[in-house]
Amino acid sequence: MSKQLVVALSKGRILKETLPLLADAGIEPLEDLSKSRKLLFDTNIPDVKLVIIRATDVPTYVQLGAADLGIAGKDVLLEHGAEGLYEPLDLEIAKCQLMTAGVVGQQQQGARRRVATKFVDVARRYYAEQGIQAEVIKLYGAMELAPLMNLADEIVDIVDTGNTLRANGMEPRELITDISTRLVVNKAAMTMKHDRLKPLIDRLRQAVEARRKG
Amino acid sequence: MTIADRWLLPDGMDEVLPPQATRMEALRRALLDLYHRFGYDLVLPPPVEFLDSLLTGTGTELDLQTFKLTDQMTGRMMGASADVTPQVARMDAHSLRREGPVRLCYCANVLRTKADKHQGGRSPVQVGAELFGHAGLEADHEILHLALTSLEQAGADELHLALGHIGIYRSLIAEAGMNTEHERELFAAIERKQYSALDALIERVVGDKVVADMLKALPHLHGDDEILAQARTAFAGAPVAVSSALDQLAALSQVVRERHPQVTLYFDLAELRGYEYHTGMVFAAYVPGYGQALAKGGRYDDTGRVFGRARPATGFSMDLKQLASLAVQTPACDGIWAPALNESALRECVDQLRISGERVIEALPGQTTGADAHRCNRELVRSDSGWQVVALQA
Repeated sequence: MSKQLVVALSKGRILKETLPLLADAGIEPLEDLSKSRKLLFDTNIPDVKLVIIRATDVPTYVQLGAADLGIAGKDVLLEHGAEGLYEPLDLEIAKCQLMTAGVVGQQQQGARRRVATKFVDVARRYYAEQGIQAEVIKLYGAMELAPLMNLADEIVDIVDTGNTLRANGMEPRELITDISTRLVVNKAAMTMKHDRLKPLIDRLRQAVEARRKG
Repeated sequence: MTIADRWLLPDGMDEVLPPQATRMEALRRALLDLYHRFGYDLVLPPPVEFLDSLLTGTGTELDLQTFKLTDQMTGRMMGASADVTPQVARMDAHSLRREGPVRLCYCANVLRTKADKHQGGRSPVQVGAELFGHAGLEADHEILHLALTSLEQAGADELHLALGHIGIYRSLIAEAGMNTEHERELFAAIERKQYSALDALIERVVGDKVVADMLKALPHLHGDDEILAQARTAFAGAPVAVSSALDQLAALSQVVRERHPQVTLYFDLAELRGYEYHTGMVFAAYVPGYGQALAKGGRYDDTGRVFGRARPATGFSMDLKQLASLAVQTPACDGIWAPALNESALRECVDQLRISGERVIEALPGQTTGADAHRCNRELVRSDSGWQVVALQA
């Protein structure tokens, strides 16, 4: 029981790219994840379980030890803080950029900038570093709408292709940081289950390297 | 305020109810007795102190964790103790000023501004022991042994001990000679075992190839016994302080293996917890089911310098609330149910029973609960020869 390994996976786009990597490292779910409404899955290895949760919950599960390791975007880890977690591997998937964006041609006026984002902490830190007084507005989706409806002057969001921005008359402005998907590990789990975790991390690393070359 | 939220406690502040409170108290006594048998004297640090003395050389984390208030008598800022260790160090350096090794133990309520998510609390009960005035490994042995014995006493049956040594990183970083900003970056990357970021940073800022390779190897050096041998190879060109740190770890692990054969050992040479004040070996003890260490400790020499007397020191601390949760213990049904009569023979009998250590509960007139609700398995009944204890039917 104590040697069971629980891997927390982020739902959505990351999941699709994660599963082949896990398969290369020798872990495959016993059933098709996309066809099930279950949240906890058995794998081909008897004591390895997968939990499929919202990306933003992954660091919490791993931090509190409910999952031994997790796979989550750097954006989520930055916003969460991910204190006390190990982050041994960059999986180099679901790459994108965390950027500020605004309406094309619109110049900033006034001392205070209103910023709509779901990355509240990241945005606050970023604007403080730039010496800009920002008023951060937490939204849960459709950031691009906020400047158009005069809810905000700028947004902070993940930019992949930039198509959504352009379709709404907006432009990317400053790069905050590059984002990719990371493997995170609970510290207590690393202490107590290192004999299983270290080989697993190595296999994942080999899978990532093989992809980089291929 | 509605009636509904009058019972509400602040986030992270909890009340301890029976039977948990009984268990905590039993454990507290057992631990303090254990430390007493090893010669540790009990100290009771004040719950509130001036900030200047509370936050000396302990880093910003403790500053953020400390509740602050103004002393109306002096206008100075005070803080509620968030960690007893610096207070105990002050007692050794300033208040006691004894010669030779000083052994102190404590059990105190502390307050923290931010709830530690693992423990779920802002009001842990910190219990631990510190040994001042001896820089040798024998002192570290004693502290390790006490920490592990404490956890065993609390009912931990599968213990994992993580051992590290701050001196290794300290020596390597001194060799590398980088500026503080790079050092901070490197520290963060090592602390999180961010291998790729770490390698890139070292490539960029460390010129010396030998030192660079050693720094790159450091965060990979975690695991079982083999790690020490691997480290000897990896750090062959390192300053002598590194090999002496490895010697210390080997000696410590040897003793742990002999005295606590059931404990699983784990080495992490890149463990940097408490880097601001730790100077030598550091350890943390883990138990399955807890996402965080139950006992943390290590060596922190030079601790009393700010109070005018630098002393070598080593010690550990734990949260009693967490320890008490290790084993579930339902209180025994053990007590004597007695009628509440104003009768001298009965009162004498009850007094005698209580003196002999029995739990005697008086049945108050008109009460609706019976003997079993008050965990009594016997009762006092009148017989021809006076009051007698008889077993109750289960």
